[in-house]
Amino acid sequence: MNIAQFIGSINPVAASGAILALIGLWGVLTRPNLFKIAVAFSIMETGVNLLILSVGYIRGRTAPILDSAADAATAVQKMTDPVPQALVLTAIVIGLAVTALMLSYAVRLRAAGGASSIESYGDEKW
Amino acid sequence: MMRKILVALALAGFAWAFLPLVFEAGLIGEPGQLASAYLENSPKDFAAANVVTAIVVSYRGFDTLGEVAVLFAATAGVGSLLTKKRLGIAGEKIPKQAATEVLLTATRLLTGLLMMFGVYIFMHGHLTPGGGFQGGVVIATAVLLSLLSSPESHVAHGLMTVVESLSGASYVGLGLLGAFLAWGFLDPRALPLGQIGALLSAGAIPFIYSAIGLKVGAELSGILEALKGDRE
Amino acid sequence: MIVDLAIAALGLFMAGAGIGAIRTKSILVSIILSGGVSLAASVVFLLMGAPDVAMTEAAIGSALTTVVFLYALARSKQADSETSDTSIDNPAKDPTIPPIDSSLGQTETGAAS
Repeated sequence: MNIAQFIGSINPVAASGAILALIGLWGVLTRPNLFKIAVAFSIMETGVNLLILSVGYIRGRTAPILDSAADAATAVQKMTDPVPQALVLTAIVIGLAVTALMLSYAVRLRAAGGASSIESYGDEKW
Repeated sequence: MMRKILVALALAGFAWAFLPLVFEAGLIGEPGQLASAYLENSPKDFAAANVVTAIVVSYRGFDTLGEVAVLFAATAGVGSLLTKKRLGIAGEKIPKQAATEVLLTATRLLTGLLMMFGVYIFMHGHLTPGGGFQGGVVIATAVLLSLLSSPESHVAHGLMTVVESLSGASYVGLGLLGAFLAWGFLDPRALPLGQIGALLSAGAIPFIYSAIGLKVGAELSGILEALKGDRE
Repeated sequence: MIVDLAIAALGLFMAGAGIGAIRTKSILVSIILSGGVSLAASVVFLLMGAPDVAMTEAAIGSALTTVVFLYALARSKQADSETSDTSIDNPAKDPTIPPIDSSLGQTETGAAS
């Protein structure tokens, strides 16, 4: 395989998604601040959504909406895959819910007198 | 040092797991069998122009029901964690900064338009890109603008509660209507299918999406109010 | 072809913004950069032929998530006197605000990293 074939075989959406997911994971694992961890989680969610949607990426096709661009007869030939789109729609909304809950826990910890760094919670005894 | 090695190992493991997706495994030529079935049967079964809406509301209706439940649980969690008493600002009157002239004028112009735009989005969810979740988020943005521009104003708590409960109940009620009058729970053929492209088409799909849109808008406004520190 | 190049360019921007969001010391900058990542992702979704998803990502990821982060940052105290590297070995610069409160049950020598 020469270079052109190699580059043509990369799915660009999946590559961006994978890189973002790895950046987010690196941020979660290495940064001590609670808000930084929440930002890194949000970046990781965006990357994973890109990765899920990349499975349905068909080059050169249009959106799965029946109108003048692609009517009912030619739907299967001209539309991208609608199933990953429905899944990612759900995933984005749930990502917001999880981020809001994570941040409200961080705010509650700070309001109770804790610090912003996850290192200072190392000795919690349950 | 040990920690850095472990982090590098974890990242390498995930990168190795993502590798097949990046190289040509994701680039299909045709949609799969299930996707082709959805694309072909959606205009015949439900007369919905937007195939993704038909999938989200009816073919995969239970996923949407679960998502609405998760959003409700998260809103309840945020609302109970961030009351004024728990934040430690129970009796205080925190001096709030008045909004600038630009924000006030822009809010006066935009709030009505944003509400109308949000309602338009979820009412036309079966015809154009959009739907309940997008419309609900736009409505929450309109509420956010009015919260930012007049810091002394509060979200009308009773109204939000009534809207959220009623729309959630009507969502389940429409689903039960499908169970009694059509082929199953959340089947939108309980109401007459119209013609593809008309506003009153696709059976109960526009009503279901409107209920979802209002519920999501009310819940996100509740989250924003709790985060602002206004919740008793 | 053009679409692939545009998606690759946006992917590069997203990767750069993501790395910048993690590495910067200011929490405010990282919040804004994460909003930028969501915005670029929404354009990528549009270029792939998924307008529903693009609308949802732009409204939720770019607008609401950023606002929720900013509200949370405002709610927590000491938002200005700490950088994001504040930890036990590197306490906040303001000496009148203790980084660890003893009411959480920690001793002076406890909480080793």
